[in-house]
Amino acid sequence: MSAQLPDPLSKTPLFDLHVRLGARMVPFAGYEMPVQYPLGVMKEHLHTRAHAGLFDVSHMGQVELHGSEAAAALETLVPVDVIGLPAGKQRYALFTNEQGGILDDLMIFNTGTYLHLVVNAACKVQDFALLQTKIGSRCEVKVRDDLALLALQGPGAEAALKTIASGEIPQTFMQGGRVKLAGIDCLVTRSGYTGEDGFEISVPNAQCEALANALLGAPDVQPIGLGARDSLRLEAGLCLYGHDLDQTTTPVEAALTWAMQKVRRTGGARAGGFPGADVILAQLDDPSKVKRKRVGLKPEGRAPIREGVELHNESGEKIGVVTSGGFAPSLNAPIIMGYVDSAFSSVNTKIYAILRGNRALVTVVAMPFVQHGYRRQ
Amino acid sequence: MTTRYTEDHEYIKLDGDIGTVGITHFAQDKLGDLVYVEQPKVGRALKHGDDAAIIESVKAAAEAKAPVDGEVIEVNQAIVDDPSLVNSDPENAGWFFKIKIANKTQFDALLDEAAYKKFID
Repeated sequence: MSAQLPDPLSKTPLFDLHVRLGARMVPFAGYEMPVQYPLGVMKEHLHTRAHAGLFDVSHMGQVELHGSEAAAALETLVPVDVIGLPAGKQRYALFTNEQGGILDDLMIFNTGTYLHLVVNAACKVQDFALLQTKIGSRCEVKVRDDLALLALQGPGAEAALKTIASGEIPQTFMQGGRVKLAGIDCLVTRSGYTGEDGFEISVPNAQCEALANALLGAPDVQPIGLGARDSLRLEAGLCLYGHDLDQTTTPVEAALTWAMQKVRRTGGARAGGFPGADVILAQLDDPSKVKRKRVGLKPEGRAPIREGVELHNESGEKIGVVTSGGFAPSLNAPIIMGYVDSAFSSVNTKIYAILRGNRALVTVVAMPFVQHGYRRQ
Repeated sequence: MTTRYTEDHEYIKLDGDIGTVGITHFAQDKLGDLVYVEQPKVGRALKHGDDAAIIESVKAAAEAKAPVDGEVIEVNQAIVDDPSLVNSDPENAGWFFKIKIANKTQFDALLDEAAYKKFID
C-alpha cells in the first residue's frame, strides 16, 4: 500500500498544461485543479454538450484488484454484481458501511484479467485502506498512482478520439479495452460523468500531457474545468459524493437502486453479503422503511438555489434540504437535486425552498434534467 | 464625472448628486458568468455597506453593496433580462442602479482609480 494523505495541493501531471492554457486553478480534494479556462464555465459547458470537452480527472484514485477471488472479494464491499460483470464491461458501484450508508461511489471495469477501479479523489485514501484491510488477503490490491485519468466527453468525442486511435475503440456505453492513442497504450472505457457519450482514458502519468495535447489538437475539442463538470453532471442527474451521497445516505434513499442487480437482492443467488445489507435490503423490500428520497426539483423563478437551502411544506415545516443546486446552462434555468421526506417525492409535488428568508416555489421533476447522450448500441 | 471604488469591488460614477453604481471588471471576472441579478426597489433608502443587489454566477452568490448612503432612483432592467451584460461591459452597459447621494464626503473617502488598481494588484 502506497496510500498516504496527499500533501496539501498535490498537482496532476497536467498542472503545467493547465497553467499554459490559462486555467484558473483552485484547491479541490487536496489537488490544485482547473475550475475554468478562459472560455468560462458557461461556454465550456455548452461546448461539451455540442462538441467535445477534455477533462483532467487525474486526481481520482485508480486501483487494481488481481487474483481469481477478486470479484467475489469485492462483492463483500459493494451491493453490486461483480462476479457477473463480463470482461470488457464497466459498472457503477457503491462502497457501503454497516448502517447501509455510502462510503464512496466508484466505477469497476473488468479487463478480463483483473478489475480496474476508479474512486473519488476525496475518498481515495480511505477506499484504498478499506480494500487492503477487508479484502487484501483474498486478492492483490494494487494502487496505481502512476496512472493519470482523462475524460473526453460530448457528441464529438468519438470523432475526436478516432483522429488519434489506432485500432478499435469501445463501441457502446460501459464497454472498454486497451487502445493505442497517439502511440500510447491506454485503458479506454466508453463512460464519463457528464451524461454525454464519451470516454475515460487511463494513461501513464509520464505520457498524459502528450495524450492531452494530441486530444486538444483534434477539431472541436476544448479543455473543460471542474466548474462545468459540476453543472454537466447535475443536469445529467448524477450524484456528487460528499454532497448528494454520504455515509448517512443509503443507496435506496439516493434513488440508486438501479445500481443493485437482482442477484444481490432478497431472493437473488448472492443476496446480501455486503456491509449494511440488512438495512438496504429491508428498504428495498418495504418502501415504507424509506423515510426520504433523492429527487430533482425545478424552481419557479430564475434565481439559483444552492446546497444547504431548506425545503419546506405548505405549513412551513422542514421536509428536506438541497444537496446540489445551480444554474443549468443547457436549460437556461436553475435546477436542484435534494432530499425530501418520501411523502413529497412524487413528480409534480410542489414544495418551497427557503431562499434568503423568502419562500420560493419548487416542483419535483423526473431526472435527468437533460437527456443522456450515451451510445447504447 | 468622477469615479470612485470600494474594497468590495463596486464602482460609483458621480454626476452632480447622482451616482451610478456597478461592479468592476475585476469583480465580474472573479465571479464568472452571471446568471441572475435581483435589483433593489426604486425608492429604497440605502445605507453605505447595505446589500443592495443580489448577484448569482454559475459558481457563487454575491451582493453588490451600496458604496454610500442614498436613495435608489433607477435600476438597470437590462442586466436583469440579460445578466451576461455585466460580464461583457461591467463599467458601462452593465451598470446596476443609480442613487441620489446624501453625503458627498462618503464618496470622497472611497478609493480613486489609482488606489483601486493598487488594491487589486
